[in-house]
Amino acid sequence: MLTITGITKTYGERRALDDVSFSVARGRLTGFVGGNGAGKTTTMRIILGLLSRDGGSVTLDGAELTATQRRAFGYMPEERGLYPKMKVLEQIVYLARLHGFDKRTATDKATLILEQLGLGERLNDAIESLSLGNQQRAQIAAALVHDPDVLILDEPFSGLDPLAVETVVSVLQDRARQGAAVLFSSHQLDVVERLCDDLVIIAGGTVRAAGEREALRREHSTNRYELASSGDAGWLREEPGVTVVEFDTGYAVFDVDDDETAQRVLRRSVAEGAVASFAPQHPSLAQIFKEVVR
Amino acid sequence: MNVKPLSMVQASYMVAEREMVTRVRSKAFVISTLILVVGIIVGIVAMNFFASNSDTTTVAASDDVAAQLADADGLELTEAPTPEEARSLVQDGEVDAAVVPDDASPTGLTVIAQSEAPTTLVQLLSQAPTVELLEPDGGEGPMRYILGLAFGIVFMMSAMSFGAPVATSVVEEKQTRVVEILMTAIPTRALLAGKVIGNTVLALGQIVLIVAAVSVSLIVTDQTEILAGLGTPLLWFALFFVTGFLLIATLFAATGAMVSRQEDLSSVIAPIMYIVMIPYFLVIFFNDNPLVMTIMSYVPFSSPVSMPIRLFFHEAQWWEPIASIVISLVACVLVIMLAAKVYENSLLRMGSRVKWSEALKA
Repeated sequence: MLTITGITKTYGERRALDDVSFSVARGRLTGFVGGNGAGKTTTMRIILGLLSRDGGSVTLDGAELTATQRRAFGYMPEERGLYPKMKVLEQIVYLARLHGFDKRTATDKATLILEQLGLGERLNDAIESLSLGNQQRAQIAAALVHDPDVLILDEPFSGLDPLAVETVVSVLQDRARQGAAVLFSSHQLDVVERLCDDLVIIAGGTVRAAGEREALRREHSTNRYELASSGDAGWLREEPGVTVVEFDTGYAVFDVDDDETAQRVLRRSVAEGAVASFAPQHPSLAQIFKEVVR
Repeated sequence: MNVKPLSMVQASYMVAEREMVTRVRSKAFVISTLILVVGIIVGIVAMNFFASNSDTTTVAASDDVAAQLADADGLELTEAPTPEEARSLVQDGEVDAAVVPDDASPTGLTVIAQSEAPTTLVQLLSQAPTVELLEPDGGEGPMRYILGLAFGIVFMMSAMSFGAPVATSVVEEKQTRVVEILMTAIPTRALLAGKVIGNTVLALGQIVLIVAAVSVSLIVTDQTEILAGLGTPLLWFALFFVTGFLLIATLFAATGAMVSRQEDLSSVIAPIMYIVMIPYFLVIFFNDNPLVMTIMSYVPFSSPVSMPIRLFFHEAQWWEPIASIVISLVACVLVIMLAAKVYENSLLRMGSRVKWSEALKA
């Protein structure tokens, strides 16, 4: 378990991180969500030791993180970079060897991970000759090749097409299943929602919400319902205990004060017209995000 | 699941290996090295060929005279039984000159030629007075200049052609951000050390290649006496080269780390370029000024050029190169420590050029 406790970082007058605390459990994927400039990259760079922190601590399995432990981490920086003129396989083999593997093992590992990521055909092409999406895959391979038990990935899905996202997701899930602690940031809230087990939401340098995805959802679920019907649902506005959130003739999203009200509304909807759907609405990650960030 | 992380030395080695492999594989590098080596060999062989060719004088001589001339260099003898036949060979243009016995001549010989007697032949047959030189080493002006030029050019060219790429490769890593991945994998100092060592080995390799080319050409053309005199100075040159180049490469690496884009590189490495060029010009202009040469042979950047020259002309005491190399080594250690600081402080700073005050901050 990677635990971040009370991290602060100040640039001049601006406080970039304020008492940031969360943990990344082994065997789970932790999504790190936040707007631009919220402090995601800063936090990740501090975990990796690329940036100094003004206060707080980073521990791995209860003990202060050492430089040696950090070197075993897998890291994908926000700004992508590999040697442009080096061949894909050679580049990944080199990085594996820097992590201590002998040449043969490094070659086997690099070939395997590149094939898993769908770059098997491009092993001997120079990095600069690859498309951006494929360069991105090579970058992911660079972070994974040495079997890190902690993975810190800054926006691993940006620039990938939906199929590539699937490939990467399955590789990451594999790694988590093998016991790695995975922290990844993303703007693609739908991917995060689908993929992650745990969530950390950061805004303005402070953690707004952190914990299991489902727990967060429950915590933020309201008695919100969605109604789609053929009739005009304007009567909803007058219904006691109902607060309309969105309205468009036959379509409405509304909050109710209790389950009894919900049942009453359903009965009336059926009486008013043909009901296409009537369902409680679980908050999406995007909604939770908007709510906690506000 | 995890293997043991690399030690500092292993990590440096890996970085050095990549530097070397990348460089040696580049076509430009291979071609320029080939041209250099072929150029040296062709140059020395051709110079020798033309020099000896023009020296060869064809001479006709009768048996007894021919025996006298047999040991002389630069003569091609044609046997002529009688003085008359020798004379007619000269008239026909078969030979440059003929040597015939002549009792009236002080040397007992007469040289017969068409319009002008070959100087070498005349000198060979003349009796020279005993010459005593009070300053036997004073007249080596051209050799001193040539040696200064040679060492100066080799050092400057190598320092530039192998030093500047150190800076370029540092900036490349910064610009492509691969440096962040490298820094999370290995210690920063290993990255610096590997880069500097890799390029030093390459540069030294090229120097060895040059020395080998020079030696082989001198042996092939039978100029072994020059080679014997050059042996010790060349070895010292190689040794001084290593410390001198280490210094320069380290400086290049540190300054390279201070900028984020190749476009900004030339302005920060300009001062180092001057440091590399100064000893070259000094040795060209002051190669016969003992004071300047002595001072230069102790200054780390110029000692690789001037100390071997002083050694060649036996002007340095046996301990002087040792003292000078110790100075170089101490300077090396200091500069490396300083450069490591600059490198570590600057490597992750992107954007505008890092100021010296920031780079040197503890």
